[in-house]
This record gives sequence, structure tokens and C-alpha cells, in this order.
Amino acid sequence: MNITEKILARASGKTSVSPDDVVFVNVDKVMVHDVSGPGVMAVFEKLRKKGMIIDKIWDPERVWVAEDHFVPAADKISAQNIVSLTNFTKQFGIKKHFKYGMGQYGICHTLSHEEAMVLPGEVYVGGDSHTNTTGALGAFAAGLGHTDVAYVLLNGKIWFKVPETLFFKINGKLPDHVMAKDLILKIIGDIGTDGAAYKTMQFGGTGVSEMSVESRLTLTNMTTEAGAKSGIVEPDQKLRDYLAARGVTKYDEVHEDSDAQYEKIYEYEGSEMEPIVAKPFSPENTVVARDLSSVELDKAYIGSCTGAKLEDLQAAAKILKGKTVKIRTEILPAAMSIFRKAMDQGLLKIFMDAGVVVGPPTCGACCGAHMGVLAKDEICISTTNRNFPGRMGHVESQTYLASPLVAAASAVTGKITDPRDLK
Amino acid sequence: MEPFKKIKSIATPLDKVNVDTDQIVPKQFLKLIQRTGFGQYLFYDWRYEKGTPRKDFVLNDPAYANSKILLARDNFGCGSSREHAVWALDDYGFRVVISTSFADIFYNNCFKNGVLPIRVSDDILQKLFSIKSEIEVDLETQSIKADGIQVSFHIEPHWKKILLEGLDDIAVTLLHESEIVRYEKSHKT
Repeated sequence: MNITEKILARASGKTSVSPDDVVFVNVDKVMVHDVSGPGVMAVFEKLRKKGMIIDKIWDPERVWVAEDHFVPAADKISAQNIVSLTNFTKQFGIKKHFKYGMGQYGICHTLSHEEAMVLPGEVYVGGDSHTNTTGALGAFAAGLGHTDVAYVLLNGKIWFKVPETLFFKINGKLPDHVMAKDLILKIIGDIGTDGAAYKTMQFGGTGVSEMSVESRLTLTNMTTEAGAKSGIVEPDQKLRDYLAARGVTKYDEVHEDSDAQYEKIYEYEGSEMEPIVAKPFSPENTVVARDLSSVELDKAYIGSCTGAKLEDLQAAAKILKGKTVKIRTEILPAAMSIFRKAMDQGLLKIFMDAGVVVGPPTCGACCGAHMGVLAKDEICISTTNRNFPGRMGHVESQTYLASPLVAAASAVTGKITDPRDLK
Repeated sequence: MEPFKKIKSIATPLDKVNVDTDQIVPKQFLKLIQRTGFGQYLFYDWRYEKGTPRKDFVLNDPAYANSKILLARDNFGCGSSREHAVWALDDYGFRVVISTSFADIFYNNCFKNGVLPIRVSDDILQKLFSIKSEIEVDLETQSIKADGIQVSFHIEPHWKKILLEGLDDIAVTLLHESEIVRYEKSHKT
């Protein structure tokens, strides 16, 4: 069995499973945030109206809560939303609620790894489509709708159809001017936004073992944009070191068998990769960054669970050091722990010296909610994950998706810029 | 949920690919904790301009006012996992969405809310887009009938049972998980 099949077999108490089998699995961790939390509350309300008594959930210790989409509250209804979420966690005795303005908080998918909320070999589900991100920690991680999350909160179980696995084998290290973001955009451009529908995307090969855990998280994060059920990377020493640095050393890793099967294997040569940009209005709309050097921009955005981890900020700082931005530029670290490290490493000074606004962790403008959304006809280069119409603001604004290196280089020139071409 | 048997209706043609859930229900309407009333926000940014219905958007065409079937293009329901997207379609009156492909989470969310998503080939979808008369969707026989067309569609057996009987997925799975696994196994193609 491959790693995904083995995790699902173990979690369902079976010795073996195959693609298309329906399995009921025991869930290890569940996450809700300030969009799915209220969604789950609405489902609970519906069930109560039908006469169901809901006064407790399955296991409050295995549930954690993030505030990310609508913090800081931009209006009264957002503020009320957070109050509702807080009442929900109090009512059901959920202790792990990362609250805005109270120490560590941030984007749910970033907290999942920064706080080691999910461990290798676990089954993790969340009320958000980018839950796939956490598969880079060697876990089965998948997003669910509100009814499914409500079901898991009540029962601790969920059924899955065992997905087929597409294996992406990356041979050799990526060049210095190329990031994991470029690679995943390239892959999505090749297979399309439904190229991995209902499937798992597994990443391996020497290119992936050479990569940091944060880079791997960028790959699994955007498996969602290829329609994947989940994304996964097999655990290795780098992952163990990453988790040990967060105080976690005990977990039950799952490794694939020597005869593991995949539906298909795709191979990429790391050294041949180039900076890639996805044009509006789809993540599959990819071209090499150099082909877009005439595109003039209004804004650069470095944020989100995809593109505001520590190494993303370090990459941006490498470009912005000693430079001044030519367009409106915002950098929003994805969690407070990353914000602090950026401060300790002097990155914030580099950003501010360059004229950039540095803001608090939030999904903010990535999902077009608040904190710097786009006006009609504005054009943005962004380290985020989606560029559908209206994603970051007005339905007639445009978003180009890129790596932090490309976004920072473009901020300096005001046009889409390959970092190699920055003088 | 209302049992789903047969739906006969004019189909609303939404001729766009990669329609993501943010277009189905824009994020500004997610901060509500009730489950009902989302129909008024369905495709809001396409449907309205400064609060006034846009004449060029298909939902505002009176010909489709009572439509229960939505025709969509590839990868419908991609993007955010928000279940509000299905709540809005259902609340507006759509009980069937026909496309060549759907995003995974959206597809699953449909069944939990009494909406039937149907995958068809490119050819069939193209034909359905060109038909102006009513289309009949029969879940029992898993067939679509329209002017000059009769095709069958696939649906996982337990989803069919849930829709036909109007069962609530959460209630069903609470009681009958082993049954679902058996049911799927016995009907595996």
C-alpha cells in the first residue's frame, strides 16, 4: 500500500485497503475556523430543530479552533461572528482556540504546522478547502463541508472513498531563484484545476527530500487548486527535526510499502524549473514569469497560508533589502510566531525601509474579505493560492499568482519581474 | 429533506468554467449563522450591480425564473469548501446541477442538502445547453430526458438512497455506517 492507503487502513482498523474502497475512519484531529465554525453551528441548529439533543461533542481535546478569515474585525457583523465562535468553543469545552490579540494566532493551516497541531500518520479534517496543506507533515489531511465537520464533531468518525494517488517525483534540487510555489504552479498548469479531482497528490524524489518542510507545505497547500482530495509527503528526518523544534517527538509515522502503487507517476527535473506565474482567472493559467514582463501592476501582496511562512518572508527580504517598492505592497505574516521570527531576524526593518506595510496575520485580502482588497480594474501580484474572478476584491480586478521572490521583485519594478532580471 | 424523485424544468445555462464557491456565494455573506435565506445571495456579484439586477446575467432572465436545474461548465464549485454555496443553490430553488465535473467537497456537500449533482460528457452537456424546452431528471431510473436526448448518469448507490428517501445524511450515517460500507461494496462497479 502507499502511504495514504496505509493511514486510512490503520484508521479504519483494516489490514489493507484499495482505491475506491469506502472506509469509516477514526479521526485524530478536527479544525474549524471563523467561517466553518458558524457553518457547523447552523447545522447543529438544524439538527436541534429536528429534536436532536446536542449538548456535547465527541472529544473537545481533539478539536481546535482558529480565527483567521475575518480578524481583525472590519465591521460589526465580523465582530459578532467571533463572539459566536467563542461562545461555541466555551459551550463545548474546546480549549485550543487561537484567539486574535491573545498571543499565538494566525491562519489555520499555518498554525497546524507551527503549533504541531497535527502529527505524522494522523487523520486530520478541517472545515476549509486548504486543509490539504497539513499533509506535508505525513498525515492524511482533507477539507470537509460543514455538515461533514458537524458529523465528525459528534461522532469522531467520517467515511472516505480511498483516493487514487498521483505521485509527483521531483528529481534534484530547485535552482535558487525558483521556489516550491513555482513548482506547484507548473504542476497545476500541466494537469489542470481538476487534474487531481478526488485523488491524492503525493510529492517525493530527491527534489522534495532536499526541500524544507515549509516548501513542502506550499506544494500540498495548492493541491486543492488541482482539485485533490489530499496532498502528502512521506515523513523523513527533516520533518522529525521540524517537529522536535516544536517540542514534539512522539508520534506514529506511516511509511509506504516497497510495492506501493500509484495511479500515475509524473516526473519533473528540479534544475529545469523556472519562475512561473498564473494569470487571471485560474491557477492553471500558467506561463513563465519572463513572458509577462510587460504587465504593469497596482499592488503586490505577500500573505496567506500559501505564501507568508517564514521562508517566504525571508525570500521577499532577500529581494527587498536596500530597495524601495514602486507599487503598494503589503506583507502579512501567516502567524504570530512567524511575525516574531521575522522581527527577530530583522526582516521587518528591511520591509519597512522598502516602504512596505506589514500587517497582522489574517486571510484578509487573499479571500477578498478585508485588509487591502482590490478595486475595479486593479492588478495585483500575489503569493496566495487562487485568482478566480473577484477572489481578492472587485469582480473585475485581476490577480497574478506567483512565488514570494517574483512578488517581491515585481514590487520593486512595478511590473511582473523574474527575480533574475532585477538589477 | 424533501425526497427527490423526478424533476422537470427549464434548465438555466450558466456558461462559465471554474465557477468557484466565492462566486456562488460571495464571502461577505458568510458571517451569518443561520442555514436558510442564502438564495438571495446566490451569484450575487454577477447578479447585481450596485444592488440592481444586471440584465445580462442569466438568472435575471425571466425565461428561467422557475428553473430547478442549473447547467454549468467544467469544475463547478471549486475553491473554498463553504457549504453555504449549496445552501444558496437549494434556497434559490435549484435541485439539480449538471456539469462535466465538480469540485470534490462541493459535490459531497450537495447530497447533504438534497441537491443532485450530475456529471455528463462534454457532448451531452453541449446538447443540453442548446435545448430551450424542459429537461426531465429521473433519479429512480438515473436518466436525463430532453428534446431528442435520453442519457443515463452515474450516482453512488447510498447517495441515491439518501436523496430518494429524503434522508438526512447526518442521521443516516449516525445509525447505519456499517450498512453504507456494505451497500457501496455490493453495488461496486
